[in-house]
Amino acid sequence: MRRRWIAPSAVVWIIVAAAFFLIPLVATLLFSLRSIQTNKCCSGDAYSLIIHDHQFWATIRVSFVLSLETIVISLLLFVPTTYWVHLKLPRLRPVLGFMALIPFVVPPIVLVVGLLNLYKGAPDWFYAKPYGFLATAYVILAFPYMYFSLDAGFRSIDLHTLTEASQSLGASWRTTLTRVILPNIRAAALGGSFLTLAIVMGEFTIASLANFKTFPTYIQIVNESQPYQAAALALLSFLIVWAAMLALLFIGRGRPRPAQVAATR
Amino acid sequence: MGSALRPDARSGRRRVPLAWLALLPFFAYALGFLFIPAADTVIGAFQKQGGGATLDNVRKTLNQPYLDQYWLTIKISLITAGGGCVIGLCIAYAAIREGTPRFIRTTLTTFSGVAANFAGVPLAFAFIATLGTIGIVTGFMRDHLGFDPYQHGFTIFGETGVEITYMYFQIPLMILVIAPAIDGLRAEWREAASNLGASAWQFWRHVGIPVLLPSILGAFILLFGNSFSAYATAYGLAGNSVFLVPITIGFYLSGNVLSDPHFAQALAFGMFVVLAVMMLLYIPLQRRSARWMR
Amino acid sequence: MAYLELEELRRAFGPVVALDGINISMKKGEFLSLLGPSGCGKTTALRLVAGFDRPDGGSIVIDGKDITRVSPNHRDMGMVFQAYSLFPNLTAEQNVEFGLRIRKNKRAPRRKRVAELLELVGLGHAGKRYPHQLSGGMQQRVALARALAIEPRVLLLDEPLSALDAKVRVQLREEIRRIQTQLGITTLYVTHDQEEALSVSDHVAVMWSGRIEQIGTPSEMYSAPATPFVAEFIGTMNRIEAVVVDGDRGEVEHDGTRLTVDTARGRRKGERVLVLVRPELLVLEPSENAGGENTLAGEVVTHTFLGSVTRVKILGSEAELTADVPTARVDSLPVGLKVNALVPVAGTRLLSLSQEPASDGPDPGDR
Repeated sequence: MRRRWIAPSAVVWIIVAAAFFLIPLVATLLFSLRSIQTNKCCSGDAYSLIIHDHQFWATIRVSFVLSLETIVISLLLFVPTTYWVHLKLPRLRPVLGFMALIPFVVPPIVLVVGLLNLYKGAPDWFYAKPYGFLATAYVILAFPYMYFSLDAGFRSIDLHTLTEASQSLGASWRTTLTRVILPNIRAAALGGSFLTLAIVMGEFTIASLANFKTFPTYIQIVNESQPYQAAALALLSFLIVWAAMLALLFIGRGRPRPAQVAATR
Repeated sequence: MGSALRPDARSGRRRVPLAWLALLPFFAYALGFLFIPAADTVIGAFQKQGGGATLDNVRKTLNQPYLDQYWLTIKISLITAGGGCVIGLCIAYAAIREGTPRFIRTTLTTFSGVAANFAGVPLAFAFIATLGTIGIVTGFMRDHLGFDPYQHGFTIFGETGVEITYMYFQIPLMILVIAPAIDGLRAEWREAASNLGASAWQFWRHVGIPVLLPSILGAFILLFGNSFSAYATAYGLAGNSVFLVPITIGFYLSGNVLSDPHFAQALAFGMFVVLAVMMLLYIPLQRRSARWMR
Repeated sequence: MAYLELEELRRAFGPVVALDGINISMKKGEFLSLLGPSGCGKTTALRLVAGFDRPDGGSIVIDGKDITRVSPNHRDMGMVFQAYSLFPNLTAEQNVEFGLRIRKNKRAPRRKRVAELLELVGLGHAGKRYPHQLSGGMQQRVALARALAIEPRVLLLDEPLSALDAKVRVQLREEIRRIQTQLGITTLYVTHDQEEALSVSDHVAVMWSGRIEQIGTPSEMYSAPATPFVAEFIGTMNRIEAVVVDGDRGEVEHDGTRLTVDTARGRRKGERVLVLVRPELLVLEPSENAGGENTLAGEVVTHTFLGSVTRVKILGSEAELTADVPTARVDSLPVGLKVNALVPVAGTRLLSLSQEPASDGPDPGDR
């Protein structure tokens, strides 16, 4: 039985935190509810204008599809790789971990410089379409988040025992991977996926400098000319990230722990 | 294949070539879309249009106004990293320590996850709506407190405005990063210190901060890099009129008046150098602070 | 001249009453153990004395001064926690030195005292090591040295040996007692291990459900438990339910058998009682050999080898009895054998079953 009452200094800091985080959101909400004509509260004009803007839906769709594409490519690329390293080449784990930190030293603004220059001459279907060039870049951006999620997931199950048990029962490699391993790292994969979703739905730097029309670039255009709608968009964008995070939370809580054959580590 | 399940030293060496093959797609991808573009940028920084090597571009980055921009970007990053570390630490500790209801910690962590990812144009606009010239809080201060920050030289589009806005994702990032380390602070240490006569301040000075220091340093570097590389938020605040290095790079990339890709690469190279230097400073500092763990 | 007094100490956590008004009075230099199962309130009581929690009612008095409202860092007590309490970033020496540094003692006398204390706990050579480089037993010794460094008025120990190996536990508890006696420090010791409590304490307080069942010397607790709970908790006890038949001659009846026990003298006829017999006092004989007086019949059910003595369980018609038999003899009492257990006339204890378990006061007649 430890201390049972909240420390006074803790109360102060929590209030400070609440104020700092909520005030901008509340302010944005109030701002977005200002009527276009009177510049005062309260009207849903801004929201209604956005919902009726064709570009809003078009760009959300582009960004969303981009997210899904990024997620799929990332999973296809990173899951087998991480699995293989954990299973057969554990000495490479630190190498992979180090590689996952590279995007920190090569941030999007620097990466886009290299990518634009290098792939200038690439065919149109890749270079000119968001689903080619952007998705490729986004997979790199998502790499650290995906990798650390998957790595943690693989570390928490006893990979060798599961694989051996499955094989001793006669399963092929494919069956082992899809029916035994995958279900057990589902939570980690989903976690990484939702983080990727949040990142792609909010990525502006590369999209803007490579001249693509995604949801974040659309927001910036509105930002420059229509303040009240921009506020409404800011809130919507916040809600999208919030939804992704809640989904992450439910995955973390709702799923039963993957079956552990023996205590690891 | 079935016999190579355990990375046994002997069979491992024989089988290694095959196993490495499976990693090819990944390494190829990383090579093509991360390493080579990065290398290309570094090399390109030392080239001039039309071919040939030159130091001109790099030299140019060391002159004004670019040197000032580097300094400003570094300054803002140091301030937001430092501020984020201190404030984030206090908030995280307040939420996690004994006595605070569990739901506060959960709410804070979830919210931090959202806020840390909320960076970019929407965040910039949220702060314009809050502290801009006709922002809600600005209006409140004017009408009810008789104080107009804009009369005193403040602007949301200036250095301070950028710093305040950046804090919105720096503090949550700190909270997320330092929470596990705070979990590792055993309640017994605090109690033992108190029992031996120490005040709260003495506990933090002799035990709390030293134990947390390795993690705090790591968080600081992370926050620094995060702020230093930020583009979207700054751009959302004031487009091309904010003089930070990432913005300038974007300016030269986006084909405006003076489109000069090699100069943009030189600037990017400069960023690369700053970030690499920070990483290099971090390693010995980390080692020293974690001496007692060896 | 009580040195440390707890008066009507009360603490509840919501609907759960952790301490229901306990009273303890300790003399200077005394070693008192709070003994009981988990959840009995012993740790709560200790933490109240240390100041990490505030009581809902009652008071704590040291040397005449009421310290109930004093904050923990001003109480001048030394505390040894169960585990993990050493500061990980400081060496053993620096840990021990901590309290002295806080008090701003001068460096030279500080260093001297630290060296003395580390010698005292047998770790003179390990001063420069960090906690993670020390074994569990060594860590607790450092913790003890650290608590003693500040020359506290009272030494508090919260199950300091629970996390250690059995052998280390025995060794360390004897050392703690030795040091405590040498320094003459008033000590309050919390444990759930009755062997530990009985072997090192001047007095033991058995606690249950937030109350003190009994306070007494270790031998009093063992041979004269005041309540059924204490009888159960301390050592192993045979419990024979019976009804008093003749109070003048000390006769009781259990399941149709009459037994004469000294402690039943003076009891009312018809009173329901519990006759308590220690396993070592119960003598077993194969039924075919013995007859007779003051015996209960049963069948041998299990043997448990305990070294020089073997614990034999026998199943009677209404009760299970335990007898400690010298191992050399145990072959003559195989499992399945019908035996008679001889109940000694003297040396038993009697508890009335219509009595309430002891609340806050100790049994009058003890302490």
